[in-house]
Amino acid sequence: MTTEGGAGRTPYLFRLAQPLLRPLSAADLVVVALLGVLLWAGVRLGAAVPEILQASEISLAPGVLPYYAALSCGRMLAAYLLSLTFSLIYGTLAAKHQLAEKILLPLLDVLQSVPILSFLPVALLTFSAFLPLAVAVELAAIFLIFTSQAWNLTFAWYQSLRTIPRDLEEASTVFRFPAWLRFKHLELPFAAISLIWNSMMSWAGGWFFLMAAEMFSAGQRDFRLPGLGSYLQEAANQGSVASLVWGLGTMVGIIVLLDQLVWRPLLAWAEKFKLQMVESEHPPTSWFYDVLRGSFLLGVVWQRLFQPVLARLDLLLLRWFGAPAVQPAPGVPRPWLRRAAAGLGMVLLGLGLWETSRFLWQVSGSQWLAILMGLGATLLRVAAALVIALAWTIPLGVLIGTQPRLAALLQPLVQVVASIPATALFPVVLLLFLKFPGGLNLAAVLLMLLGTQWYLLFNVIAGASAIPRDLQYTSALLGQGRLDRWRTLILPAIFPYVITGGITASGGAWNASIVAEYVQFGGRSLATTGLGAIISQATAAGDYPLLLAATLCMILAVASINRLFWRRLYRLAEERYRLD
Amino acid sequence: MNARATLLDLRRVSQVYWSGGRSFTAIQNIDLHLEEGEFLALLGPSGCGKSTLLRIITGLQAPTSGRVLYRGEPLTGVNPHATIVFQTFALFPWLTVLENVEVALKARGVPAKLRASRALDLLDRVGLDGFETAYPRELSGGMRQKVGFARAMAVEPELLCLDEPFSALDVLSAESLRGELLELWTGGNIPTRAILLVTHNIEEAVLLADRIVVMDKDPGRVITDFRVDYPQPRQRKDPRFLDLVDRVYMILAGHTQPEHLELGTAPGEPGRTRALPHINIDDLAGLMEHLDAMPGNRADIYALARELTMSSDHLLQLIEAAEILGFATVAQGDITLTGLGETFAEASIPARKEIFATRLRRVPIVRWLLSLLQAADRRQLEWDVVQKALELEFHEEEAERQLETVISWGRYAEMLTYDDSREIIYLEPGAAVSAPR
Repeated sequence: MTTEGGAGRTPYLFRLAQPLLRPLSAADLVVVALLGVLLWAGVRLGAAVPEILQASEISLAPGVLPYYAALSCGRMLAAYLLSLTFSLIYGTLAAKHQLAEKILLPLLDVLQSVPILSFLPVALLTFSAFLPLAVAVELAAIFLIFTSQAWNLTFAWYQSLRTIPRDLEEASTVFRFPAWLRFKHLELPFAAISLIWNSMMSWAGGWFFLMAAEMFSAGQRDFRLPGLGSYLQEAANQGSVASLVWGLGTMVGIIVLLDQLVWRPLLAWAEKFKLQMVESEHPPTSWFYDVLRGSFLLGVVWQRLFQPVLARLDLLLLRWFGAPAVQPAPGVPRPWLRRAAAGLGMVLLGLGLWETSRFLWQVSGSQWLAILMGLGATLLRVAAALVIALAWTIPLGVLIGTQPRLAALLQPLVQVVASIPATALFPVVLLLFLKFPGGLNLAAVLLMLLGTQWYLLFNVIAGASAIPRDLQYTSALLGQGRLDRWRTLILPAIFPYVITGGITASGGAWNASIVAEYVQFGGRSLATTGLGAIISQATAAGDYPLLLAATLCMILAVASINRLFWRRLYRLAEERYRLD
Repeated sequence: MNARATLLDLRRVSQVYWSGGRSFTAIQNIDLHLEEGEFLALLGPSGCGKSTLLRIITGLQAPTSGRVLYRGEPLTGVNPHATIVFQTFALFPWLTVLENVEVALKARGVPAKLRASRALDLLDRVGLDGFETAYPRELSGGMRQKVGFARAMAVEPELLCLDEPFSALDVLSAESLRGELLELWTGGNIPTRAILLVTHNIEEAVLLADRIVVMDKDPGRVITDFRVDYPQPRQRKDPRFLDLVDRVYMILAGHTQPEHLELGTAPGEPGRTRALPHINIDDLAGLMEHLDAMPGNRADIYALARELTMSSDHLLQLIEAAEILGFATVAQGDITLTGLGETFAEASIPARKEIFATRLRRVPIVRWLLSLLQAADRRQLEWDVVQKALELEFHEEEAERQLETVISWGRYAEMLTYDDSREIIYLEPGAAVSAPR
């Protein structure tokens, strides 16, 4: 969480849980192999799914919007709860058991670079192999959103557990806190702020993929789900501007409501979980939180109804998890058992790998060539999107960040705009761009840009507002020219923040390529050269060996770029450009 | 109180850390007895392992070797009869004062109804009534530590361990809190049977404790264990008090050894490499100037600490540096400037640097680094390379600290430069190494 510095005086911005960028290791290869086998298994299972599927009709009447919105929110909530549960368990295991850490961290690291969207067909096929279609499609959507929400939450929780101050940790041990008390009074409060910020992030990311998941169709198999995403796509398909406006309005309304009624109050409430022993200057405020706290009726309900229930629950949990939390003894499972388990795992993995590579063998040489070309094209597009994003977010972010009054004014607006999923806007973008030659190419870059520029903007604002006042004054007193000031003060100060934003943005852009480079629109399908297009086309055509090959290539590409490019910059930022 | 029961018994306790295939002894063969009714102070310079010892006694950490007996029984896991008051208070910032105390009772399974009344009673006793609903961040340091004491008392520990509890407080709060602690202890209305105070503040130890165990570092070991025969209440101006403090200073400052012993050996050579005290040369120069102005260029170390209002820890480190550099000698608790020290104190800045450089060349660890640099390609080395080499003598953190010190001293002497962005150490042109004598 590198953006944490100076949080006391900065306006509240996203604080990301930073992936630990570790050097490439053998474990990574095992993980990639494992993923390949999993994908292959999913595709095999899906072979039994009927060739033609017809999903329910999407209505464009504005009256259905509340119902559709509720459905979309329900999916998001289900996926979020799933992500949170997963994060708490996974993060705890990784933080508390050395052996588990060695496997779980590389796994998490690779999982983050997985192009989530190419998992959708596999998940759909897998689920629909043994579940009724309606249920399978719902589950697949929830699973897709889950995969977009879980990783940063898990990192946040894991890192919190690993950075609990030693004195508090020791106090809990000396006072012999049972596991439940330790969780409730130490671990959860300490992680609270980071968890809330990352939950906001996860929701924003979740909307992006929900839109995609609701509009999904693979060849003759139509998996669309009734919801906001499918509404928007249907509206764009039919070219109904009024419906588009209705749909987007609803989307924005939901995001504003969530921000005002959920996230702001949560942040205001979480202020007490700050570790600093001084009051912060600009604590986050929320009118809704103040209303809730000031309400007499609610107070009575809280005291009479909730508090006794919570006290019971607390007692119950204390009884269940009442044993003193022992420091994890270095677990020494019997060596032969471990060896046998490892051996069995290797054999299974080997078998799977054999089958997977036989599967991959079906990919022809020309297809591999296409994958390579696509990789290059998508890389160029990602780079273009990043450069454009940098070009406008740095000046604007610095302007906002260095002027607190402007920041106070613009920041809520920026946050709402940023939360609108790019995939929801994509149909609109397509309507505008497809008229031009090379329109899809432009539209693809624009979609990547829409999905990723916000991370950069937020981080630049955070970085700029963390520049200490005294340095700004010194620069002014020295009479530094604009160029000199940027060179000696502003750019070095925001550098770590730009890198942090860049890592997330680049990952997001790769992911977006899958929806951006190939579209089915108004009954026709359009594609441009790119790895994302290959993945989507393979999905549409049911060419699963190609899908698997392209997906694995994308995983490898993203993971390598993270390790070889971002990791170096990140280390440089950590070591040289820290302002504290 | 005759035939007092033994509460705690440490037998040849050692703690060894392994890093990079080498071992570093944090504490070595410590024997320690603690009886009921005792207020014991564990005193020593930073890095002598007194906090490690406290963690071993409370069961937060198991020693590498040796036995820890509590009431005759070997200790396994966290000691249920002991508790700690932390230097940093270790209060949960998200809980109110009352909840912070209550949570300790909750962990012991005290029913909800009893919890609140007992916690309130304890807060009352430390003088915090009215602040129950405050959050720790609203309190002053002294009040926060009172919560720390109330929380520790809540679990009615037999053995109360205090880990430098007053060192993060301002002078006045610390003094009043010490008084209140003594009142609780001597008043006998707490169930605590013994107190173990870890501190590096000599006056504090003499003011509070019945017995003082003095530790020294490299490796951490007990050098003296003596009873303080001076009844409470003790007065800071009382000659007996001053006498005792002076005695402890004398023990801790030791006396200057012959040069070859004082300097130790270079890394990689047989024998112990002397760790340099992590101090600032400007502070050292200030001390030399101060001594130079004293009659006879000599001062009582304790009197010096009071005059300069310095912590004993910091002063003793400066003195250690002066001894290593041959600027001063220590004997019988007094420090005397040498002729060289006098010259240094009176010299101009360039002359000071020259004298300092001449002396620094004699320090084995510096000589070692200089010859490494001279042999190196383009007379430059990466920080990591040097640190790795030093890790053969010191554990990782200490190696880093030593290198920092050597570079900072070397920069003052204009022998070395260091490029922080590239992490490379350079030899200054003209800083050739004299042949080792």
